[in-house]
Order: sequence, then structure tokens, then C-alpha cells
Amino acid sequence: MAGRLKLTAQVLALALVTGLFALLVWKLATQDEGAAPKLGRGETPPAPGFTLDRLDRPGKLSLASYRGRPVIINFWASWCIPCKEEAPLLESVWKQYRGRGLVVLGVDINDVRGEARRFARENRMSYPLVYDGPGETTTDYGLTGVPETFFVARSGRLVCDRLQAGVHLKENKERFEECVQEVLGA
Amino acid sequence: MRLLLAIGLALVLAPAASAACPSAADLEDELICPTCKTTLDQSDAPVARRIKAYVARRADDCASKQQIKDELVAQFGPSVLAAPPREGFHWLAWILPLAGLLAAAGVVSVLVWRWSRSRSVEAAADSNGRPPLDPELERRLDRELARYDR
Repeated sequence: MAGRLKLTAQVLALALVTGLFALLVWKLATQDEGAAPKLGRGETPPAPGFTLDRLDRPGKLSLASYRGRPVIINFWASWCIPCKEEAPLLESVWKQYRGRGLVVLGVDINDVRGEARRFARENRMSYPLVYDGPGETTTDYGLTGVPETFFVARSGRLVCDRLQAGVHLKENKERFEECVQEVLGA
Repeated sequence: MRLLLAIGLALVLAPAASAACPSAADLEDELICPTCKTTLDQSDAPVARRIKAYVARRADDCASKQQIKDELVAQFGPSVLAAPPREGFHWLAWILPLAGLLAAAGVVSVLVWRWSRSRSVEAAADSNGRPPLDPELERRLDRELARYDR
């Protein structure tokens, strides 16, 4: 009787450990790496969709509402210094090309809403802004920090490159302008 | 007389008022920095500094701890809380560790009981490891053997 009890307990413990190990393997195998690494391998994955609160006005904004238009998605935060430095370039690109259908969309992540609004006001950001306080989009896009900029073609797919750090920086500016032209022409 | 009364009232009411208003430090170990995933008091990340400033400002406004937490959850989601709220599915996070501890204590108790029982049986066994005879059987055996001695 005691032997059978011991054997049952051992089988249960083994089953529990095997189950937990299987769960770990499954989680690692199915973990989505996000869009950025795919883009880095030369793929053109669909831009992960989102619907977020607007920061610049009441209501919500969905990325899907811009389907058919080229979109530059810029992830930023009010506590990020390069985000402040690159804002004038993004604003000028938005003003220059919005007549051709280009949208610059700022996604504020991991931020205090009031601070983000103040930042947008102080930096005269007139392009559409959405608020993602919990940073839910960061996993889907595979972000490693802010600022990061993505380019969405009219087809709804991510193209060109993912630019890390400010787009105004010497090492990024030329590529940024190439990508703007690519999404406008795509 | 009026002055004494005013001072007395101030002395009585001041601690009550300060007790109602939380300090920023009260909350910093109960909130998580969204980028570095440590509590605010251990983080110096830029966003943590922003949240600390927000908490300090709201504490100065005398907002309650719960009110400040609710406002931050509305902005950063429930993951900003160091401990899960005691509601709905989140109860599991509170109950499961306790249930695990109770189950472990139960298993240990059973093992200790069985071990002490086997030790007492062993202690009662003779030098050859055999269990002791039933007293009645032992008396009967003595009687039978005594008959052969005669």
C-alpha cells in the first residue's frame, strides 16, 4: 500500500516537472520575435496593427485607418532626449509630404500622459500622436528602445529599414530620406 | 485661551491630516518601472524618474494611495503595480503560493509521521530485527516451555 502511494507520488512529480518543461519549450518556440528582426532579415512583414488613444485629441486611432497610405511610425517618449532632437525633422517631413498622402504617426510609449502632451506641445508636433503607456506595441514591433522609426508601404507592409536612435543623426539621416522616398513611391 | 485652543486643535488634527496624505516614498516600493521592471525606489531610469515626480505631485495634492495607483494603472496598465490587485483572476497569485506552502507542509508532516512510526517499530524489535511477541502469546509460550522443564 505504502509502495503504491510512493510510486503514485513519484509519477505525479515526474508528470508535473515534464509538464512545466513542455510549457517552457512551447513558450520559447511560439514566442513572437516581433517585426523588426524580420525586417532586418530582408523580409517585409505586415505592420502589426494597433488601436490606441489619441494623445493630441480625444478618441482613438487605428493604424488600419491609414491603409493605402504610406506611414512613418515613430516610437518616442517624453523622457527621451534624442526624441526631442529628431522631432523637428519628422515635423518637416510630415508638412512636406502630407499632400502626397504621407502620414507621420507618433506612438508615445512607457510615458506619463501629461508629460507626453507637454512634450508634443513644446516641440510643436502637429502630426497624429497616439498613447501606448503600457508599451503594448513594443513586443509586436520588436522594439529595443526609443526612438525607433518604421516605414509602412501603401500595402500595409513594413519596408526599407528600422531606424534606431534619432533619424536626424548623421548615420541615420540619409537612410531616413531614402526610406521616405521608398514609401512614397511604393 | 483661543490661541491655546487653536494650537491644541492643530496638534490633534495635523497628524491625522498627514496620515491621510501618502508620501511618495510610501508608494515607490509598490510600483514598478515599466522599462526596467524593478520597483521605483530601485530604479533611476528616465521613465521611473517621471513616475516618481508624478507620484510626488499627486501626493502633494493629498490624493490617496489607491487613487494614485488607479491613475497609474490607467496609464501604464496593471503591470505597473508591484503586487497584483486582490480581485478576479489576480487572486490566484495570492492563493497559489499559500496553497503550495500548505501542500508542502502536509507532505512533510506525513513523511515525518511515517518516519517516526517506523523508528518506533524498529526500536521495539529485538537484536535480530524481529518484532516483539504478543504478551499473551509470550505467556503461553512460557507455560508450554515450563512443562518440558519439569
